[in-house]
Amino acid sequence: MDLHFTADEPTAAEISAVDSVLGAAASRWAGGGRGDNEAQTSRGGHGARADRHLLLPVLHAIHGRVGWISPGALNYACRRLHVPPAEAFGVADFYALFSTKPRPPLTARVCDDIACRVRGAEELCARLEADLGPAGEPCRGGEAAWFRSPCLGHCERAPAVLIAESGKRRRECVLAPASAEEVGGHLTRGGAAQAAALPAAVSVPQAGQPQLKLLQRVGRVDPESPDDYRAHGGFAALARARAKGREWVIEQVLRSHLLGRGGAAFPAGRKWQAVAARGGRKYLVCNADESEPGTFKDRVLMEGDPFAVIEAMAIAAFATGCQKGFIYIRGEYPLATARLQHALRAARAAGLLDGGCDIELRRGAGAYICGEETALFNSIEGFRGEPRNKPPYPTDSGLFGRPTLVNNVETLVNVPRIVLAGGDAYAASGTGGSAGPKLFCLSGRVARPGVYEADFGISVRGLIELAGGVSGSGKLQAALVGGAAGAFLSPSELDTPFTFEGMRAVGAAVGSAVVMPFDDTVDLSIILLRIAEFFRDETCGQCVPCRIGAVRQEELLQRLHRGGPLGSTEQEMKLLKEIGQVMRDASICGLGQTASSAVESALDRFPIFR
Amino acid sequence: METNANPDAPDLKIPVPRGPVPDVPRRERAAAVEMTVDGRAVAVPAGATLLDACRQAGVETPTLCYLENLTPVNVCRVCVVELEGSRTLVPACSRKAEAGMSVRTDSERVRLSRRMVLEFLASATDVSTAPELRGYMTEYGAAPDRYGNGSERAATVAQPVKIDNDLYIRDYSKCILCYKCVEACGEDAQNTFAIAVAGRGFDAEISTEYDVPLTESACVYCGNCIGVCPTGALMSKTERDMREAGSWDEARQERTDTICPYCGVGCTLTVHTQEKRIVKVSSPLDQEVTRGHLCIKGRFGWQFVQNIDGGQSPGDERAASENDA
Amino acid sequence: MFGVGGGTSSYREIEETDVILLWGSNARETHPIFFHHVLQGARNGARMFVVDPRRTSSAQWADRWLGIDVGTDITLAHAVGREILAAGLENREFIERATSGFETYRECVQPFTLEYAERETGVPAEAVRELAHDYARAGRAQLCWTLGITEHHNAVDNVLALINLALLTGHVGRWGSGLCPIRGQNNVQGSGDMGALPDRLPGFQHVENDALRAKFERAWGCAIPPKRGWRLNEMFDAMERGDLTAAYVLGENPVSSEADKNRILGLMQGLECLVVQDLFLTQTAEIADVVLPAGAGWSESEGTVTSSERKVQRMRRATAPPEGAKDDLEILFAIANALGAAWGRPDPEALWNELRSLSPMHGGMSYERLERLGGIRWPCYDESHPGEQFLHSRLWADPLIGPRAPFSAVEDSRAVDKLNAEYPIRLTTGRRLDSYNTGVQSALFPSPLRREETLDLSPEDGERLALQEYERVMVRSRRGAVTAPVRFDPGLRPGLAFMTPHFPDQVDTNKLTIDAVDPKSGTAEFKATAIRVDKIEAPLGGD
Repeated sequence: MDLHFTADEPTAAEISAVDSVLGAAASRWAGGGRGDNEAQTSRGGHGARADRHLLLPVLHAIHGRVGWISPGALNYACRRLHVPPAEAFGVADFYALFSTKPRPPLTARVCDDIACRVRGAEELCARLEADLGPAGEPCRGGEAAWFRSPCLGHCERAPAVLIAESGKRRRECVLAPASAEEVGGHLTRGGAAQAAALPAAVSVPQAGQPQLKLLQRVGRVDPESPDDYRAHGGFAALARARAKGREWVIEQVLRSHLLGRGGAAFPAGRKWQAVAARGGRKYLVCNADESEPGTFKDRVLMEGDPFAVIEAMAIAAFATGCQKGFIYIRGEYPLATARLQHALRAARAAGLLDGGCDIELRRGAGAYICGEETALFNSIEGFRGEPRNKPPYPTDSGLFGRPTLVNNVETLVNVPRIVLAGGDAYAASGTGGSAGPKLFCLSGRVARPGVYEADFGISVRGLIELAGGVSGSGKLQAALVGGAAGAFLSPSELDTPFTFEGMRAVGAAVGSAVVMPFDDTVDLSIILLRIAEFFRDETCGQCVPCRIGAVRQEELLQRLHRGGPLGSTEQEMKLLKEIGQVMRDASICGLGQTASSAVESALDRFPIFR
Repeated sequence: METNANPDAPDLKIPVPRGPVPDVPRRERAAAVEMTVDGRAVAVPAGATLLDACRQAGVETPTLCYLENLTPVNVCRVCVVELEGSRTLVPACSRKAEAGMSVRTDSERVRLSRRMVLEFLASATDVSTAPELRGYMTEYGAAPDRYGNGSERAATVAQPVKIDNDLYIRDYSKCILCYKCVEACGEDAQNTFAIAVAGRGFDAEISTEYDVPLTESACVYCGNCIGVCPTGALMSKTERDMREAGSWDEARQERTDTICPYCGVGCTLTVHTQEKRIVKVSSPLDQEVTRGHLCIKGRFGWQFVQNIDGGQSPGDERAASENDA
Repeated sequence: MFGVGGGTSSYREIEETDVILLWGSNARETHPIFFHHVLQGARNGARMFVVDPRRTSSAQWADRWLGIDVGTDITLAHAVGREILAAGLENREFIERATSGFETYRECVQPFTLEYAERETGVPAEAVRELAHDYARAGRAQLCWTLGITEHHNAVDNVLALINLALLTGHVGRWGSGLCPIRGQNNVQGSGDMGALPDRLPGFQHVENDALRAKFERAWGCAIPPKRGWRLNEMFDAMERGDLTAAYVLGENPVSSEADKNRILGLMQGLECLVVQDLFLTQTAEIADVVLPAGAGWSESEGTVTSSERKVQRMRRATAPPEGAKDDLEILFAIANALGAAWGRPDPEALWNELRSLSPMHGGMSYERLERLGGIRWPCYDESHPGEQFLHSRLWADPLIGPRAPFSAVEDSRAVDKLNAEYPIRLTTGRRLDSYNTGVQSALFPSPLRREETLDLSPEDGERLALQEYERVMVRSRRGAVTAPVRFDPGLRPGLAFMTPHFPDQVDTNKLTIDAVDPKSGTAEFKATAIRVDKIEAPLGGD
C-alpha cells in the first residue's frame, strides 16, 4: 500500500517493543535500515497486508513499554504491518486501556461499577482523590495517575483496582480488595511487592466440595502444572474424544443439550455441527472477554483451572476440524492471562496440541463490546471492535471471513464433562430446558460473594442463600440478575428458577448468570445511573440507536435524578420507553438491544425517581 | 504497430478482418427470489437486498448511510423494516432477500424506530445542510427538541469547523457518522485511508491519525468523501464560500455530463453550472468507469476554463492559483 | 496492436483477472481512476507486479516490485520470455494456431538468462522468475503499460517485447486477459482513431491502401496525398533542413513539452509562419505569428473522445467559451470558409455521422446509441453491434480468422544518453498526481499537494553530495542546465533521479532531456537522461 506517514519518528524503546512482537524489520521498505537489501525489489500486496491481525498485540507491546501510543511508535507499527496510520489510530483510540496522549507510566484503574460501588469503591476513590489528586490527572510528579474504571471482573473481592506500570519490566496486577494505602504503594516505580494471589477459596467458597463438576479442580489443582492437572483427571476427555472420533464427539455435544453460557444460549452442538460441515480453513475462538458488570466466573476458571480451557478447545478443534484457535481474553485479567499463557506453553511443549490446532492468546484492551462475537473477530483482525451485521453468522463467515466456532469459556469447560460422561448423562442434570451444571456470579450485598456452582433449577433465592444471604441491612430491596444487560427482580420474584425458561418467564435472562442483591440501604437510582453511564461509555458508536440512545437515556435519568424533568415525569418515562424501544429494535448488536433492559426493568418494578 | 522484425508479419495496409463478437461473461442473475413487501408480492434477483425489494414494490425507504457505489455498512438504521420471524427490525440496505420473506415497512414499530433515529441525529447534529434528512424528519414527524433545548441542552457533536486546505472544509458538527467518507477514502474507492473512525461511542468521530490537519495526512484531495457525504459536513470550499455569500442556489444550477480533460481513462464528469459558471464537478454513481469517484484533477481541476474574465464570479479562484504558478 | 492501435481489454476485466502486470506505469498517480479498478482486482485476489525503476506509489501496492534500471525493459521482457520457455509454461496450442515467428523469437531470447537479466536490469533473478511463472501460470492476466515503456528511443520495440509475452502465454483475446496501454491524455486514443497519424486515415485505414484512400477521396471530393506524412520528429528534422516552413499547432505546447528544448525553440522560431490555436498563451503561442484563442473541448464544445479502453464517449458543452475565444470546430470551419471551401457552420453530429460512414469500426455508434449506452467500445460495425469489450477474440476462433499475430524478435539496446563519470546520474521523468503535462491546465487550481518543482534524489545521493533537502542545485545534462531545489525520495536508489515537466516556468526540465527519437513512433527518450548534480556554492553572506 502507498502509506503516508507523518514526520514523527519512533524511539529506540518503541522500536524494540514493536520488534518484540514482529521480529526485526526484514527490509528497508518495512521500517528497516537502507542497506543494500532489496534496493531493486520489494514484496507487498496480499502477503504484507495479511499481518494486520498483529496490530493489537503490537499496540499492547508499545503501551506496555512506554505507557502510551505515540505518533512515532504508531508510524513504525504501521510501516511494519502495512496498516494505514489513520486506521491504526482509530483502533488504538477505540480501547480504554490505551492512551493516544502522553500518560504517566504508573496507572491505577479503580473500579467504581455497581458491584464495587456497594462495597466501598466511592470511599476508596475519595481517599485517592485526597491522597493523589483528581482522577485522570498526573500525580506524583507526573509518574502516576489514577482513573475510574468500569467493572474489572473481580466483583467477589470488591473494591478492585488494576495496577499497570509500563517500562522494560512491565508490571500488571489487580488489587482486590484494595485499600488506598495499597494503591499508593503500588504507584511507585518497581512497585510494592506483587499483589499476593488470594487463595481460590475466596473466589470459590465451595472449593473442594465433592459435588462440583465445573469447579472440581479449582483450588485443588496447581494451575501451573500439567502433571497435576493430569493427576486430577485432566486430558482424559481429550484422549477419549480422539479415540471415539469426531462424529461421536459432536453427537455427544448435541445430545447434551448444552446451551451457550455466553448470554445468547444457542445450542452448542448445532454450532459445532455447522462448523464441522464446512470445508477449508476454519477457526476456533474461545471468548474469554468476560466484561459484563458483575461477572467473573470465566476468570475464576481460567485462573484456577487453565488447562481445562485448553483441553476443551483441543476437543472442539478436533471435533470440528479447526486448524487454528484463539483465546480472546479481556485486558483487565493479568493473572488469568499469565496462567493461560503458561498453560499454552506447557501444553504445546507436552505435545498436547500436536496434529491439531495451535492456539494463540490475544488480549483485549478495555472494550466491553468486544465480548460480542463479531466485534471480537474484528478486534482480533486488527480492526475497531465494532460488531458486524448478522447474518452471515460466524459458522458461515466469522474470523477472517472463514467459518468459525466461537464459544465462551464456561461453555467449553462443560465439554470435557460431556465427553467423559456422555451427552445423555449430561442432559439428565439440570432442567428440561436448561441442562447441566451452571456457574453463578454472586456479588454486591451478599455475605459471601463468589462463583457458585449448582445444577440448573436452583432459584435466585437459593443462590443468595448459598452465598450466605443478603448483607448490609439484611433486607433485600432488589436483585440484579443476568448482568447490567439483565434485569432487576423484586423480592417477590426470588423463587424464580435461574434457568433459561424461568428467567424468560419474568422478562429477565440468564445472561452471564449474575446475581447481585441490593439491600434496602442502597440508593437504586445511583445504581441505575451507573448502569446508564456504563452503556454510554461502552457503546462502540457504530449505529445511531445505540450511540445516541445510550447518551439520551443517561441524560434523561440524570434529569430525573436532579428532579428537573423536561415536561412531566410521565413524559420523560414515555420518552425513556421510546428510547429503549429503538435501541432494542434497531441496534446492530446485543449491547444496544439490551442497554435499556435493566433500567426499564427497575423502573417497572420500583418507584425510583417518583 | 508500425513495423516489426518478423518477416511473417501481416501487411499493415490491409485491414484486419472483422472477428466474432467477444463472449463477455454475464454477471449471474439466478432465479428470482419471491417475497412480499407490505403484503405485495415482489420477485428480485438472487443477491438483491430488502431495499431492492422495497424499491421494486414501489415503497419509498429512507436511507442515509447507504449509497449505490459503497458497501452497505447499515449503521444509520433509518432503513429498518420489520421482517416476519425476526426478533429485531432488520436493515433493508444490507439484508439479503430470501424466498418467502415477509417484510413490513409501514408498521408503527418501523415508523417509531425511523422517527427516533432521525430525532437522535437531529438532536446531536447540525442538519441545516442535509435536505434529505430534513425531508425524512418531516415525513416521520421527528421532534428533536424532546431531548432538550434552551438551557437544558442535549449533548451534541458541535465543534469548530476544520479549514486546513484550499479545496475543502470539514464541518464535523454536521457529521452523522455514516461512515461513507471513510468507505470512499478507503476500500470502496480511493484506498488512501486518510481518515477513519476514531474514539468510541458518542465521542467517535471521523479523524486523521492524531487529528493532524489534512495537509499532513495521507489525503490526496480526490474529494470522493465530499461526493458521498449526505449532510454537507464535507463540502468543497467553493460551495462553502458561495453559501456563506448567499449565492449558492441549487435550483438555478444545471448539470451537463462530459468527459474529463486530463488523462486517458475517460471519466464522466457532471459539470454543475450556475449562471453559466462552473461551480462544482461530480460523477454519476452508475457510470461504469468512475462509479461516482474521481481524482483531484477531475473534481477540482476545472478552474482553468473560467479564469479569463477576472474573478468576480462564483467559484473563480484565479488570483490564488496564479500566485501558485 | 496486430493492425489496430488500441488496448485490447476493458477496465472491468482488470477487476476479474488473476495477475496484473503494470510495466512502466505509475497509474496510482497518473491514472487514479483506472487504478481504482486495479485495486478492485487486487482485492478480488489478483496478484500484482509493478515494473518501474522507482518504487512508486503504484509499486507500493504490488505483491512484487521489480525496480529495473532505466532502459532495460527489453532485457527484462526477454528474460521473462526465456524463463517461461525454459520452464515449459508457454501456451503451445495458442502459439501454433494463432501466431507467427515463434522460432525466431525463441532464438532471440535464448541469451537472456535470469542471471544475465539480474546483471543488466538490477532486479534479483528470483523476482524475475516469480514474475515469469506467475504471469504464465495465471488463468487470466493483464499487462498494462504507460509512458515508462513508450518514452524511449526504442519505444515500439519495448511494446513489441511486451506483446511477445502475451502471445507466448495466450494472454490476449480472451476475457480477463489482455494488453492495455493506458493513455496519457484524454483523447490521444481518439486522435489516433480519427486519423491524426502520419500514415492513417480515420479508423486506422492505411493511407497507402489505394482502395481505402479512394473511398475517402470520393466522399470528400478531393485528392489525398498517396504517401504517408511526417511524424513529429521528422517535422523537426524537416524544419532543420528548411523543408518545413509553416506550422499550425492545435492544443499542443511543443516548446515546453518536447525534449531538448533549446533546439525545439530555435526551430519553431525559425519558421516562416507559426499559427497556434490554444486556450492559453503558452510558451509556444508566445512565439507564434498568429494565435487563435480556442474554447475548452471538454466543457465548451460538443463531440466525442475515446478512452484507453477504446470507449467512445460524448463530450458536451456546459459553458460557452469566453469572449473572443471560439470552439475548435468553429475556428477550423471559419478558416476553411475563408479559404473558399464553403463548409458553412459546423454541426458536430453531422461530422460524426460522416466519420461513421467512412470508418467501419465506428459504423454503429450513433449519437443516440452513445447517449443511451453511455459510450461504446470500438469496433462497433453497425447499430446492432454491442462493440467489442475486448479485442482479438478472432485469435481464439477455430479456424483462426485473419492473419496470425506476429512475434517480434526485437533487439535489445540501452538508453542513448550514456552514463559516465561526468554525467553519472540517471534522470527519469513522470507526472505527479495533481499535475498534468506542462501545467497549462493543472497549474490553475489551488492544489494542496502542489509544491515547487524539485529534483528528486535518493537520500544516499543527497548525503554523498552533502546536500540539505530543498537546497538549490545545478543540474546539467549534455544539452542544457537548470537549477532546482532537491528533495529526497526514499523510493529512489543511488544514481536515480526524478523530475516532472509540470512547471516549465520554475524548472525547465526539458532543457535537460534528450531528443533521441524512436524512428518507429517519433517519441523522444524522456525517460532516460544522463545528468550531473552539483552543489551551488552559497553566495557571500548567505547561510
